[in-house]
Amino acid sequence: MTEDWRDSQEILVMDGRIKVPYAWSAGEVGTTYLESLRDAERFLGTRCPVCGIVYHLPRMHCPDCFEACPEWVELESTGTLVTWTIARRPHPALSPLAPPFGFGVIRLDGADTGFLHLLYGFGVGSLRSGMRVEAVFARERTGSILDVSHFRPSREVV
Amino acid sequence: MERVAVIGVGMTQFARERPAETAADLVFEACTRALEDARLSIEDVDVVITGSNDFFDGRTISSMAVMDACGSYDKNVSTVEGDGTFGAAHALMRVLAGWGTVLYCAHHKGSESVMPLITNAMFDPIFERFLGIEAVTSAALQARAYMDRWGLDEETLALVSVKNHGNAFRNPVAQLPLETTVEDVMGSPYIADPLKRLDCAPVTDGAAAVILADREHARSAGSRAVRVRGVGYSCDAFHLGDRDLADPSALRDAAARAYRGAAIDDPARQIDLAEVSEVFGYMELMWCEGLGLCGPGEAGEMTASGRTARDGDIPVNVSGGCLSANPVLVSGLNRVIECVLQVRGEAGEHQVEGVRTAVAQGFNGPCGQSQCVWVLGGEE
Amino acid sequence: MVGVGMTVQRSSRRDVTGVELINEAVRAALSDAAMTRKDIDAVVIGNMDHFEGINYVDTWSVDGSGALGKPVMKMTTGGTTGTTVAMGAYYHVASGMFDRVLAIGWEKNSESDTTGAIITAFDPFWDRPTFGGAVAGLALEATQYMAETGASEEDAAYVAVRDRKNALNNPYAHLRMELTIQAIMETPYLAWPVKLGDMCPRTDGACALVFASEDVADDFPNPPAWVRGLADRHLWAYTSDPYVNQKVKGGTWFPAMEMATRELYDRVGITDPLEQFDVAELYLPYSFAGLRYMESLGFCERGGGPELVRSGATDMGGKCPVNPSGGVLSSNAIGATGLLRVAEAALQMQGRAGDRQVQGASLALATGFGGCYWSDEIVLGSEMPDVGRG
Repeated sequence: MTEDWRDSQEILVMDGRIKVPYAWSAGEVGTTYLESLRDAERFLGTRCPVCGIVYHLPRMHCPDCFEACPEWVELESTGTLVTWTIARRPHPALSPLAPPFGFGVIRLDGADTGFLHLLYGFGVGSLRSGMRVEAVFARERTGSILDVSHFRPSREVV
Repeated sequence: MERVAVIGVGMTQFARERPAETAADLVFEACTRALEDARLSIEDVDVVITGSNDFFDGRTISSMAVMDACGSYDKNVSTVEGDGTFGAAHALMRVLAGWGTVLYCAHHKGSESVMPLITNAMFDPIFERFLGIEAVTSAALQARAYMDRWGLDEETLALVSVKNHGNAFRNPVAQLPLETTVEDVMGSPYIADPLKRLDCAPVTDGAAAVILADREHARSAGSRAVRVRGVGYSCDAFHLGDRDLADPSALRDAAARAYRGAAIDDPARQIDLAEVSEVFGYMELMWCEGLGLCGPGEAGEMTASGRTARDGDIPVNVSGGCLSANPVLVSGLNRVIECVLQVRGEAGEHQVEGVRTAVAQGFNGPCGQSQCVWVLGGEE
Repeated sequence: MVGVGMTVQRSSRRDVTGVELINEAVRAALSDAAMTRKDIDAVVIGNMDHFEGINYVDTWSVDGSGALGKPVMKMTTGGTTGTTVAMGAYYHVASGMFDRVLAIGWEKNSESDTTGAIITAFDPFWDRPTFGGAVAGLALEATQYMAETGASEEDAAYVAVRDRKNALNNPYAHLRMELTIQAIMETPYLAWPVKLGDMCPRTDGACALVFASEDVADDFPNPPAWVRGLADRHLWAYTSDPYVNQKVKGGTWFPAMEMATRELYDRVGITDPLEQFDVAELYLPYSFAGLRYMESLGFCERGGGPELVRSGATDMGGKCPVNPSGGVLSSNAIGATGLLRVAEAALQMQGRAGDRQVQGASLALATGFGGCYWSDEIVLGSEMPDVGRG
């Protein structure tokens, strides 16, 4: 059999990157929410007038009932850790904090649903589902979800 | 459901990287194999459905790259961006609507992109993406929630990796056969607690294709035609905090829809074999529960007792599963194809004796948010 | 089709997120069909991934689309996405698997660099380094068309004037203006011979349609618009394919449209489209398309586009008005655009198109354009079709 020229070929690989800038609108509901974080260090949820669920993150419309949720509800900055992980090897472009940091689903006091945020300032092996956590606000706030720097185990006295 | 059968299947070799082939080359290879398997030529195909994803391909209108290779010239053609179980479901709809023979193909070149950056783009750009969450870290949140719910330990989750990597030795197209132990899995480094490297599926290049046909056009395939008995899909809430991550409710709903069509009311007894999309080891346990192969919280014990092993009473992922080859999008289609091969009795070294009814599962979105179930083979 | 919902098409909808924009169209469609979210059996949704940088739009948009706890499928094929979604929803129903299916197309073009994203549609080795985006790509077709037929820039401008004038009758349209051919001619060249006035705008908008099976189609307040037939072809993969087909193989520039048209007309029984169609909603991404596509769709002979259009036959009040809504030249939220063509054709068949209604219209053609000279085509009627596949 004659030798196939492909057998000794080194394949050329071209590096590339999709270079598309984005400007995502937060909308009226998202803007109200983020402004409250930025200006008042206060979490807001919305209540569905039909099923009564307090959504945090806030919604313009209830995803189930499909009714408008015009009522804003002030929430606490403390809550319960629903589930958690520790990011040991995050991609450098996806690391808002120096690893290892955690991700948690946190149900804030006053809300019926949880939301995703970062965990930091915890002892190794100390994270437990169901534990109490509290928000730490960023010193410089710009109107983004990172105006909350992270959540840490609660120092509240029961 | 009207009678529709899978009459041809084709898979490429799956590998960490296949730099000598473009995505179109892989699609051509898979489609050619499926046509050969069905003993058809491309002229016999009425409609082509393709599966791809613009992010993974680094290409807007990613289907354009394979329009030549899939054989769609002068045919009706469409594209489902999502897992192969969903794309094949749309191919099924075309057959049910009156088209005789429909080809569906999907491809993935994981080697050409950076997975975490792409799966990060599944998340909401205002509220979640800047936190750095992606597929592995979100799955870790689900794994933790599931372990907490049922009091499972990481060693139990590790059993899936040991079993499936071992099964892959008998599957010639699998990428990652590994002789491994629970200790090996436990000793592999944490990526995101509780998930360790060996709990996670690899990055894969490859493609696959299936050909579906109505009763008349399936006749030529004879006994090698495998009947589609039921397909169902359903979607959970998007934001992770809106969901009960430990409860595979969307899968339960998808399975109920598929089982209704297939007249299955006791899946644990009526299903002989399952191929599920366990991109992370824990998912196999959750998906077994969602499919009703065992009760809620029982999948750990079912796995530990060997019931899901190749020689168990309900073998799961005898192909090696996604842990042994994970060409995203193609992965769910591979599950369907493996079920077809098993029902035909043509799965080669990993054939399980006496498979009459098999179930395949795939998903889209974070933590199995949107689920699809196929029931194949057997008579009701 | 028993329900139509569309948002107002605007250059920027900062007041809502993509999910909220989708929800606006969905609730409008549900309200139009007197349905609730619970009545929907399945959802089909599409847009273009890189225009908003959203991967898995099907799972991300559940809060807005109404797909919570329901089957949802993402279908996307570039410019043809909207028509692909419509066809996908049709097949969801025609399969017998579902009775009431929601089709959603949307885009927020204001959130990214549309041309930057479109360039990435082409092959990274062979085409991307030299491809000039949608405008330059279409300019190649326009140049070729002018050379082939002797059509003028003014002929093309007529189409832009027609569609934007029609848009004055459509409260949802983005660009609504009475212009002259001279005014179009005076807009700056983007890529010769295509001028700013020849091109579609970039738009934020969404559209949702409710498809229903024959079994339940009479359960809704509005008369149904029926799908009479549909066909599509997505042939080309490389920018040079149209040229190669024409110059090397002796074929035409846009065979996808001709192939789809042949299949569709055979099925529906169309032999003289200009006479038989009462109205057409065509995906014309730029003015020159309004000349050539009339030829590819069989409304006139090859090269006859300018004469047909200049005769007034495609104007409101003509034999077959084209784009009473104002078309793509007036609004182009890309993922919604094809679906809006179908929605507008459906409204015409229902007799509900308001000031843009073509009186007595009972057969309509809707098309989608995209990819690399791809074509999706749907015929709608006010009467139920004979049973048949497709």
